Amino acid sequence: MLPIIFVLPLLQLVILSNAATFEVKNIKFGYIDNDHSSTSRALIEKFNASTYFDVLTDFPSEAKASSAMLNGEIDVVLEIPRHFARDLQNEKYVNLGVTINAIDGAAAGVENVYITQIIQSYNKHIRTDLVQISDAQIQPAYIDTIPLFWYNETLNYKTFMVPGILVLLVTMITLFLSGMNIVREKEIGTLEQINVTPIKKNQFIIGKLFPFWVIGMGLLTVGLLLARLIFNVPMVGSLVLMYVYTSIYILVILGIGLFISNFTDTQQQAMFIAWFFVVIFILMSGLFTPIESMPKWAQIITEFNPIKYYVEVMRMVMLKGSGFTDILPQLIKTLAYAIIMNGLAVWSYRKAN
Amino acid sequence: MRFPLSWEMNMQNNNVIQVEGLTKMFGDFTAVDAITFDVKKGEIFGFLGANGAGKTTAIKMLIGISNPTSGKATVAGFDVLTNPNDIKRNIGYMSQRFALYDDLTVKENITFFGGIYGLSRKRIKEKSEALIKELGLENVASQLVGSLPLGWKQKLSFSVALIHDPKIVFLDEPTGAVDPITRRQFWEMIYKAANQDTTVFVTTHYMDEAEYCDRVSIMVDGKIEALDTPMKLKEQFQAESMNDVFLKLARG
Repeated sequence: MLPIIFVLPLLQLVILSNAATFEVKNIKFGYIDNDHSSTSRALIEKFNASTYFDVLTDFPSEAKASSAMLNGEIDVVLEIPRHFARDLQNEKYVNLGVTINAIDGAAAGVENVYITQIIQSYNKHIRTDLVQISDAQIQPAYIDTIPLFWYNETLNYKTFMVPGILVLLVTMITLFLSGMNIVREKEIGTLEQINVTPIKKNQFIIGKLFPFWVIGMGLLTVGLLLARLIFNVPMVGSLVLMYVYTSIYILVILGIGLFISNFTDTQQQAMFIAWFFVVIFILMSGLFTPIESMPKWAQIITEFNPIKYYVEVMRMVMLKGSGFTDILPQLIKTLAYAIIMNGLAVWSYRKAN
Repeated sequence: MRFPLSWEMNMQNNNVIQVEGLTKMFGDFTAVDAITFDVKKGEIFGFLGANGAGKTTAIKMLIGISNPTSGKATVAGFDVLTNPNDIKRNIGYMSQRFALYDDLTVKENITFFGGIYGLSRKRIKEKSEALIKELGLENVASQLVGSLPLGWKQKLSFSVALIHDPKIVFLDEPTGAVDPITRRQFWEMIYKAANQDTTVFVTTHYMDEAEYCDRVSIMVDGKIEALDTPMKLKEQFQAESMNDVFLKLARG
């Protein structure tokens, strides 16, 4: 069991950190060149040179391009009008037709930005005339910005994701282990033998917490080592602070797990409930999608999400080097949460029914 | 004259278990229907009944892991409703189902339960050596309990139930599914415990075992239908053996 507890999550860390990326790469790019001039070919060449686009096909007609997009063969179609080169010289501006498959809205937005940047760098005078499939109309904004990326200067997604995924692994393993635990003893009957002893309720719960707490801290340690050695994630802040926060955070999760375990009769029920919370906690943690863009009611719910605080704290401490006072609000909330959940776990453990 | 340790409480009648009108209902179903009986100190009290008669439910109320719907009971001088933890310090319990940790070794199980009962390290060490020797488990003391045959497991359970020298030990069908030799050894262990002044409260549905008890109660559909020494019960029901007594009662 112990190897499973450690090996599987660490494999997940290695695999997921590579897979969970918001970078849009390998965009399948098609074009309809109605002009066939050296100017239009030079523009296509710009796309070809970009690492983000796989320039695939020159479509003879719009209908062919549409059906290719329908089949999922291409993501983006650029239509270059007839007399593109001539108009560009004479009238100083030209409209280009760009069609983006926006079923994945987030990816479409990113693609739009890439396309606009490439075209603008080619010629400031070309305006893209954007058509997006699906209703959302996003007008490209023509604002010159000079981006300065703090804390993650190279915009490395792994730097951003590894602390978050580490959080998930520590959470899931400790929640499932503790959630299954007491209920398993109910199933095999050993809990009854414990219940006829004079053991105190809080002694029992502490006895249950401690081993999982050690496992959680062990997972954090191995995960941090991997983050450093494999992903080269910067660790700007204090390791001690990360451990202090994690030690309290794990108590919250274990409290939730033991609470679930006390309320269920079979491991199946416990697993179901634990999954229910894990999925909600993960999707509402700000790990994959920013909390700021959630509706108001959802934002209120995230206040009760322990993973949200852990993700925040890990990113703050690891990447920004935040100190004790910076994470104090999260620390206090987590501590309160830990006291409440473990109080509930002790309260819900019944020696008699 | 032997006095129990908490003799002040039991001085008048020397009863270690007193039950009066104890009832447990699950919804509309009455599992235990107002049972009343006493168990004397040092007695081997047989608690008989067919499957589903309510024996296990009654035991669970007496050992403080099931709250009675109504009625009163004191065990070892303590009330089951108000002082279950005091009761638990003074009793041992062996359940129908093997309930030690399969993934701990024999020694670890003994140490673990000894620890829960608050025995000192030294006492645990002495006890565990004595127990292992007595049970003849020297060769498997460091083996996982899960790998032992059922009969050995049951004997180990019984010993663990006695580890803190309880005043009363509750045995819920201790000899279910064990071979005749082990059953015999089991009853030798029970007699030994009774000789050392431990009260034994044992359920069984082997009627030959009922003959070994000092007194026997027979439960039918949640009620105690008969309670006396095996000898007197046989007289009362004009039966040859306890088996006949049981059949007459159980068939109504």
